[in-house]
Amino acid sequence: MLNISGINEGYVLDHVKAGTALKVFHDLGLDKHDYTVAIIMNVKSNKMGKKDILKIECPRGAIDLDVLGFIDHNISVNIVKDGFIIEKRKLTLPAEVHNVIKCENPRCITTIEQELEHVFILTDPEKEVYRCKYCEEKYIRK
Amino acid sequence: MRHLMNPLDFSVGELDDLMNLASDIEQNPDKYAHACDRKKLATLFYEPSTRTRLSFEAAMLNLGGSVLGFSEASSSSASKGESVSDTIRVIGCYADIVAMRHPKEGAPLVASIHSKVPVINAGDGGHQHPTQTLADLYTIRKLHGRLSNLTIGLCGDLKFGRTVHSLIEALSRYEGIKFVLISPKELRVPEYIREEVLEKKGIPYQEVEKMEDAMPNLDILYMTRIQRERFFNEDEYLRMKGFYILDKEKMELAKPDTYVLHPLPRVNEISVDVDDDPRARYFEQAQNAVYMRMALILTLLEINVEA
Repeated sequence: MLNISGINEGYVLDHVKAGTALKVFHDLGLDKHDYTVAIIMNVKSNKMGKKDILKIECPRGAIDLDVLGFIDHNISVNIVKDGFIIEKRKLTLPAEVHNVIKCENPRCITTIEQELEHVFILTDPEKEVYRCKYCEEKYIRK
Repeated sequence: MRHLMNPLDFSVGELDDLMNLASDIEQNPDKYAHACDRKKLATLFYEPSTRTRLSFEAAMLNLGGSVLGFSEASSSSASKGESVSDTIRVIGCYADIVAMRHPKEGAPLVASIHSKVPVINAGDGGHQHPTQTLADLYTIRKLHGRLSNLTIGLCGDLKFGRTVHSLIEALSRYEGIKFVLISPKELRVPEYIREEVLEKKGIPYQEVEKMEDAMPNLDILYMTRIQRERFFNEDEYLRMKGFYILDKEKMELAKPDTYVLHPLPRVNEISVDVDDDPRARYFEQAQNAVYMRMALILTLLEINVEA
């Protein structure tokens, strides 16, 4: 059994789909900061069979929960202060995501105007469909 | 300030107002002949489209306004690498309203975000061409006196034809619309139109391959051109190109009030011998587009012409 100590202040992301923790780490832009991060992969889970967990020691507000909701809104977010979980946050699909994904439509204006923000809008919450704000191309999750 | 990017930007009620205005313009052109005196329309055409550009220019000239602009990217500052957002900021200093055609999808939207004057999307790649849809709706309403309880046949390239997609979305807001989608398997409407528009709204539709099967039940037959540039393979294009040709014999299968529309230009999909049929209304549709563009310019410039 692996033992990883708790964090004092920051976020514990639980119920991350097994095998995706590194992608979540990058998509949240954590590689650009020097926060202490513990990535635990393939942990046994009653609910999911296997899951990943991320423990991030960072100031409150350092994690963009909209981006996290877009990545996987089934992730459980625990906000930690002074070593205790002070809040459990349920994620929802954000109405818009900015500069998280890029439009892959070769005919989209974003392909030639580099300074444009890549904006995707949630057009069908039921089917979790996001479309590019400019060309309305559907984003297909890989 | 409003822009027009998508035909759905206007509510059904606003579209009614726009069509009523177009109708009044059509019946009383003199009343509107000076409505846009001293106003300027800039036509920013980053790819050639003579028909749409001239239609916009005719609309502004009919209103007493003047026009300026360019008709291809090479004669614009885009060839020097200027961004759409910079161009529109500058053009906003010269003109009161802008019509933009751009090969890249979403370019007019980018322009509208940075513009201090109204921007009209005059076609962006394979994405939207809202003023064509407005002209189509106005023409259908004129011919049948309504936009509800109609069976609309759409024929030809339903996969790549943006006018078809926009028209389906626009008509799906009216009661009692049925669609008959006539195309070869390879050119059927995209899945998102079927799933996100037709099925989601419970709109009845059928997909058929033979034009003859559909003809007797239609109120409108909307023909489209098979576009060569959509095919990688010339043989495939030639096979598809000959798939549907509307001729006199097929017109005999249609009702006396089945009107034929086409966004034009046509290649061979409507035989010229159909042109004299009183139900062939595609040239009138081009004329109607000018009235609708006039109504749109007045509406976006917030110009009211008193009786």
